Amino acid sequence: MLAPQGAVEGTLEAGLQFKVRSQWSYARMRFFRHRLALLGLFGLIVIFGAGIFANYIAPGGFSKINLNDFQYLAHPSSKHLFGTDEIGRDEFNRVIWGIRTSMEVGVFVAIVSSLIGMFVGAVAGYYGGWIDNLLMRLTDLVLTLPALAILLTASALLGQGSQWRISGILVAFFWTGIARVVRGVYLSLREKEYVEAAKASGAGDMRLMFRHILPNTLGPIIVNGTLAVGTAILVEAALSFLNLGIKPPTPSLGGLINEGQANPQQWWLTIFPGFTIVLIVLCVNFVGDGLRDALDPAQRRVRA
Amino acid sequence: MLTYIVRRVLYSIPVLFLSSFLSFLFVSYAGNPLAGLRQNPRFSHQTYLNLVHQLHLDKPVVVRFFYWLHDVFTDKLGKSLVTGQQIWPDITRTMSHTAQVIIISESLAIILGIAVGIYSAIRQYSVFDYMFTSVSFLGFALPTFWLALLLQIAFTDIFLRWNVRIFYTSGLNSNPGGSPWSLDRLQHIALPVATLCIISFALYSRYMRASMLDVINSDYVRTARAKGVPEWKVIMRHVFRNALIPITTVTALNIGGLLGGAIVTETVFSLDGIGFWFVNALNQKDIYEVMAYLVVTSVIIVVFNLIADITYGFLDPRIRYD
Repeated sequence: MLAPQGAVEGTLEAGLQFKVRSQWSYARMRFFRHRLALLGLFGLIVIFGAGIFANYIAPGGFSKINLNDFQYLAHPSSKHLFGTDEIGRDEFNRVIWGIRTSMEVGVFVAIVSSLIGMFVGAVAGYYGGWIDNLLMRLTDLVLTLPALAILLTASALLGQGSQWRISGILVAFFWTGIARVVRGVYLSLREKEYVEAAKASGAGDMRLMFRHILPNTLGPIIVNGTLAVGTAILVEAALSFLNLGIKPPTPSLGGLINEGQANPQQWWLTIFPGFTIVLIVLCVNFVGDGLRDALDPAQRRVRA
Repeated sequence: MLTYIVRRVLYSIPVLFLSSFLSFLFVSYAGNPLAGLRQNPRFSHQTYLNLVHQLHLDKPVVVRFFYWLHDVFTDKLGKSLVTGQQIWPDITRTMSHTAQVIIISESLAIILGIAVGIYSAIRQYSVFDYMFTSVSFLGFALPTFWLALLLQIAFTDIFLRWNVRIFYTSGLNSNPGGSPWSLDRLQHIALPVATLCIISFALYSRYMRASMLDVINSDYVRTARAKGVPEWKVIMRHVFRNALIPITTVTALNIGGLLGGAIVTETVFSLDGIGFWFVNALNQKDIYEVMAYLVVTSVIIVVFNLIADITYGFLDPRIRYD
């Protein structure tokens, strides 16, 4: 049994043991019972760990060429795990550095768009009125336009850029979804009795919004934010694949596949980066599903 | 119902107007489309200025928007900035190709998705169910372009080693102007169709399974079983028909999105569809073609959203529009 931190333990007079657990410790227990989610979490730690420690796993950077033993388009071997590309760069090194780029994009987009979406959604849902109207019309607009096309237009006209610029463009489109979710929760919660009670005891708007209501919206925000990591990585890969994403030489997994496309006979240049994307997104989705089941048990599908 | 449709159409007009205005602002601020000509030594400065004047590029952006809007209505989306050709014939040609691919792949995906969804729901937690659950999880994680490349490698490059040509990896016909209904065309579009079909299948089978399970556990299904209705009849008549309702919405929205957005698949297979055409327009910075694409796809998306809502109301009498 997991011993949640901060649990209050004690014994009743009748000799019965009891333990007071917070909502979060229940959620944590439900999450750790979800086998696929744990598998996903483990996979993510391994893959993102490789990205974080890229300096140690793939020393010398992503464009290192071994001139003493120069091989281009070499098959995967013990020396070059994923083979080499057409100018002799080790594909394994490039995939590891590509993971780092994808990870930066995914995590940055998820965090920043969650923060923006959380704030805008809170204001719109709590105050209602013109702010709410504006937000809803804006999301209507975004939903009318073909998402990928707009992203492509944006990055084509601004030109290829660093991973941070691409992330910025993605954030501009990702925050609306989260804002909509947060707004919905605020709309229903602001009518609840406990909010009324807090208001009666003199809490101001800011305190009500962020101290009393916000903790109850964190579940959906965390789930949506997690899933946004996967979506952002997929979209970034598509942009980079179409040459409208991250500017070379910074390796990104989509860009690597684009380079590999020029040499279809050398299957390893296409297979390995793509397989890495699939693994990352699968793990993210598993974790997201586990979090949804853990944080929002009411929303869970019937399981019997 | 009719008032609802009229109201929705009327509401979508200002939305479309605003979204095209914002896109226009964005697209025109992002760069001078004639920058290339300006540096071209064979173009005199005067010719350049004349061209700028002729295309109204010296006017403020709001004025240019209305010039453009005027062209959209009187000149069928206007002319290309780079080639000076009419845009409309390009749109109809590419759209017919995209529609052919989308209709075939989506029909396959719906039929397969519904069949697999039903069976997975009836035999929940069976080997079959777990297998297709994994397939759909994989489908959600697959980058479309990578799947397309994998199919190319698997079905074309490997066969070519033995000099066997079954599928083609690019284009629509071996000879330009070939028939759209021929074996040759089928060999060309089979792989893009398969790519889109796999991705959509993952979506449909997942939704179908979930909505079947929702209905299977409802009270009236238990009642039907209790009064002795045979099991196949319970599934087909009571569960299946109600489970289809959410699927129609998903399908309509997905097809609407795909008609404008099979961008990646079409690009990988160099298929002369509207998505590939759009990417080329982007690379040439042809702002009028880009705008034409955005307008056409926005209209398609709005129309399919409307279709989704209407069919939903038609199939589910509990939904009222007033």
